[in-house]
Amino acid sequence: MSDHRLSDPTHVVLTDEGPALVSGPVEIELPDGGRVRSDRPVTALCLCRRSRRWPICDTSHRTRVREPAEEDDR
Amino acid sequence: MMTATRAPALPAPRGPLSEAVVDALRGGPVRTVEPADPYGDDLHLALHCCYELHYRGFDGVAPDLEWDPALLTLRRELERTFLAGLRADVPAGDDVDAEVAALLVEPVGPQVRGVSHHLKRAGELWQLREYVTHRSIYHLKEADPQAWVIPRLSGAAKAGLVTVEHDEYGGGRPEHMHATLFAEMMRELDLDDTYGAHLDRVPGQTLAEVNLMSLCGLHRELRGASVGQFAMVELTSSPGSERLVRGMRRMGCGEAAIRFYDEHIEADAVHEQVVRRGVLAPLLAAEPELAADVVFGIRASLHLGERLADHLLGSWERGESSLLG
Repeated sequence: MSDHRLSDPTHVVLTDEGPALVSGPVEIELPDGGRVRSDRPVTALCLCRRSRRWPICDTSHRTRVREPAEEDDR
Repeated sequence: MMTATRAPALPAPRGPLSEAVVDALRGGPVRTVEPADPYGDDLHLALHCCYELHYRGFDGVAPDLEWDPALLTLRRELERTFLAGLRADVPAGDDVDAEVAALLVEPVGPQVRGVSHHLKRAGELWQLREYVTHRSIYHLKEADPQAWVIPRLSGAAKAGLVTVEHDEYGGGRPEHMHATLFAEMMRELDLDDTYGAHLDRVPGQTLAEVNLMSLCGLHRELRGASVGQFAMVELTSSPGSERLVRGMRRMGCGEAAIRFYDEHIEADAVHEQVVRRGVLAPLLAAEPELAADVVFGIRASLHLGERLADHLLGSWERGESSLLG
């Protein structure tokens, strides 16, 4: 293990259409004090607030196209 | 358990092609046979058996047959027929951005036809168990076919693909491996999770999807198509997994059974991002001539996915099992 690796800043990618991508394991502190941990190599943090798994992205930001009918399928 | 060391038994042949392969795997001479139907049950079982030598092998089959020149010649004939069928049925294109954009639009509403839509809305437990049985051919070796493409990539695209693969393999924790989670789900659904246990019951439509992965993984020439196939799965699986979780909750499945698809909602939401930004973008920047192969990989896997979906939904609409005898 080289030392420069430890001093690398955390890499964060802000996407134009959806989540922020944060590299490395992260612990996210929520407004209510709760904590969510993600051990993935990259974590997608929901910024649009539509995720049912907020603060983790679940692709709910995607464009939805309704096929003809009345009932809501979501 | 998945940790069983015994390799699976050879399947029952379904015609002259799979009979020729199975006979050769039992030690007999390799017969010359002429493949015809690129989607046939017989061809895909034969091809699956040839490929399985590169994964776990079969019980009682000599491991060195993996590189037997006569068997590889027969495999090449099967592959050529399969590929020619796909090339004829899948429209060519080279606009990867447009292809990806189309995959990221989610059709919604009660009219959408699809296996995960059906299982979410109205599917029955026996249909879910059949679906999982079909899927076991891939998911019990999840991420393995795509691992072959790693040495065929370089630089950023390789690093991006390995990031996703590492997550598929549990990030270093065997208990989190997706194949392990899938096996746990099978046991929860009272299905045999032994590797290869359901081979005799799945039709050519199921095997063809996995054969495409192996074909593209094993041929460096098709590395672009392998990445395209991988991208298609990672881009579309998160919403589909969410539908399956809802369907399973509606059917009363327990959390242990639901965990596999539940994990894929989050995992594939971020894998989508890594595949687009960390794999496709650097791959096409370095090798722009691969664009047409990437599109082929995406469209060929969609085409085979639709064939399987038609089979599953068609069987279930008739009130029949989608599995073989």
